[in-house]
Amino acid sequence: MKIKESVPQKIFHKCNVCFMVLMIVVTLYPFMYVFFASLSNATLLMAHQGPLWFPIAPNLDAYEAVLKNKMIFSGYRNTVIILAISLILNIVLTSFGAYVLSRREIMIKKPLIIYIVFTMFFSGGLIPFYYVVTSLGMYDTLVAVILPSAINTFNLIILRTGFEGIPVSLEESAKLDGAGDLTILFKIMIPLTLPTIAVVILYYAVATWNAWFHAMIFIRTRSLYPLQLVLREILIGCDTSIMENGADLGEAQAVSETIQYAVIMVATMPVLMIYPFLQKYFVKGVLVGAVKG
Amino acid sequence: MPNKGEVALKALVQSSSLPIKKSCLVRLKEDIKKFKIVYMMALPVILYYLVFHYAPMYGAVIAFKNFNLADGIWGSEWVGLQNFMEFFNSRYFTRLLFNTLNISLNTLVWGFPAPIILALLLNELKGKVFSKTVQTITYLPHFISLVVICGMIQDFTSEKGIIVQLLSVFGFRPQNMLNNKNLFVPIYVISNIWQEVGWSSIVYLAALAGIEPELYEAAKIDGAGKLRQTLSITLPGLIPTIMVMLILRVGSLLNVGYEKIILLYNELTYETADIISSFTYRRGLQEFAWSYSAAVGLFNAVINFILLILANTISKKMNHTSLW
Repeated sequence: MKIKESVPQKIFHKCNVCFMVLMIVVTLYPFMYVFFASLSNATLLMAHQGPLWFPIAPNLDAYEAVLKNKMIFSGYRNTVIILAISLILNIVLTSFGAYVLSRREIMIKKPLIIYIVFTMFFSGGLIPFYYVVTSLGMYDTLVAVILPSAINTFNLIILRTGFEGIPVSLEESAKLDGAGDLTILFKIMIPLTLPTIAVVILYYAVATWNAWFHAMIFIRTRSLYPLQLVLREILIGCDTSIMENGADLGEAQAVSETIQYAVIMVATMPVLMIYPFLQKYFVKGVLVGAVKG
Repeated sequence: MPNKGEVALKALVQSSSLPIKKSCLVRLKEDIKKFKIVYMMALPVILYYLVFHYAPMYGAVIAFKNFNLADGIWGSEWVGLQNFMEFFNSRYFTRLLFNTLNISLNTLVWGFPAPIILALLLNELKGKVFSKTVQTITYLPHFISLVVICGMIQDFTSEKGIIVQLLSVFGFRPQNMLNNKNLFVPIYVISNIWQEVGWSSIVYLAALAGIEPELYEAAKIDGAGKLRQTLSITLPGLIPTIMVMLILRVGSLLNVGYEKIILLYNELTYETADIISSFTYRRGLQEFAWSYSAAVGLFNAVINFILLILANTISKKMNHTSLW
């Protein structure tokens, strides 16, 4: 059934499309500005007024300065190390937890759910948490940024929902064939919920990549700083002095601008590059989580 | 292959044939024996929550003590509610409470309807490809790290920043916007909406997709216009989702995260920007007033907990929608 649109409807649709185009521009332009600015000549950029639509006198000086920087390099390296260890720990512990919570017949299921979900509603606070972590001797080690975020309760619930969706009969026939719990988990549950596993891994990976606060409060040694903490120092602390040497003050200030933009690009590139391909998995996770609350 | 009913029946018979006298502990022992591997899997999970969630809850007793590192949690002397009293009577109390509520309510009032409106408008788009493109792009900022977002905010709102330049066209006096205490909340709220509006719209889009198309067909036949359809079908279809989201938000009204605040505020804007959690961080970890800031943090956690329970109870009564 095709009904001809009335005039107000036509106007509405036109406006709606315009609004959406505006949304795209508002969302993307800041990133494009950063990109253009990072490629621009520092002094000319300082003098420039109004929006940028292309780099001014394009050059790669800022990127050169960033890539030469030892902190950026060690930050990247530390983040990759943290990411690798965290992800293994995350996925093992989360799938263990999800498996236990998806057992129907086990006695501690109910108390365990309450035990876990309660932590979403109440916390002891930052100071006691800090005390616990430091008194375990984790201060100034990478363990302090890895272990405390080993399990995310929200991700645990997502994975449990996935596990519960697997027909019981599959498990029972596997048990008849003599399969133990570990076999069921690794040979049936995980292979059959790969899309959900992918969602959970992605959530953990993004969270770990972006995390900075625990590193800030627990890590003192600069060579252990993860990337985000290095970024914070350069972007928020306005501390680009670690990057420039021997430039006069005015020029230094100008250069520091383009360096900041280049740093943003270098740190955000991995996320921007993989995001379009993985986007649909992210969305799936929200929906699984939303259904179960 | 036994069917489900048979399995359930068997389980029932088995469980009822257990001697009733057996104590909980004995039954647990048997359960552990029977599901040894499952319990072994549960162990690290239980330990994780014990160490990183429950131990800090227990450690919160330092709020009632005059804690010093040398004596440890147990060795430090009890001071009762002194730390709380000191906080309630300090000039910070009203300021922090006001700022936390102010930032939270502004985020709620401006930020809560935004994704709903976006979802409704996306739903009206005809081109599916265009709609998908808009969605993909608006989700993006959610994944950019807070440090980068705040770095961008700082650059854009500095005296020579692009936002200041654009605003000066409308007669805005060039200044470093993050140093102006009256501008902190708008910057915080607007950047929040910018970062999260697309991502938050997902749940509403899913709810919209769940509304049965027959309803619209029937309404069309009854002669309902587009506006009428939106009011009578679309919005009622969204209400349960909106309610759940609203409960979550109201429940966390005083639970404003410190991360973004710490990245954006400075001494010049403490007056409007400093909230309970950022104050806890500063007092506790930068000035080492452990017990005092633990008290402030505990006060905040208790209020959060009460708010969440309240919000849930109210919504249960009104709407029969509840989080648990």
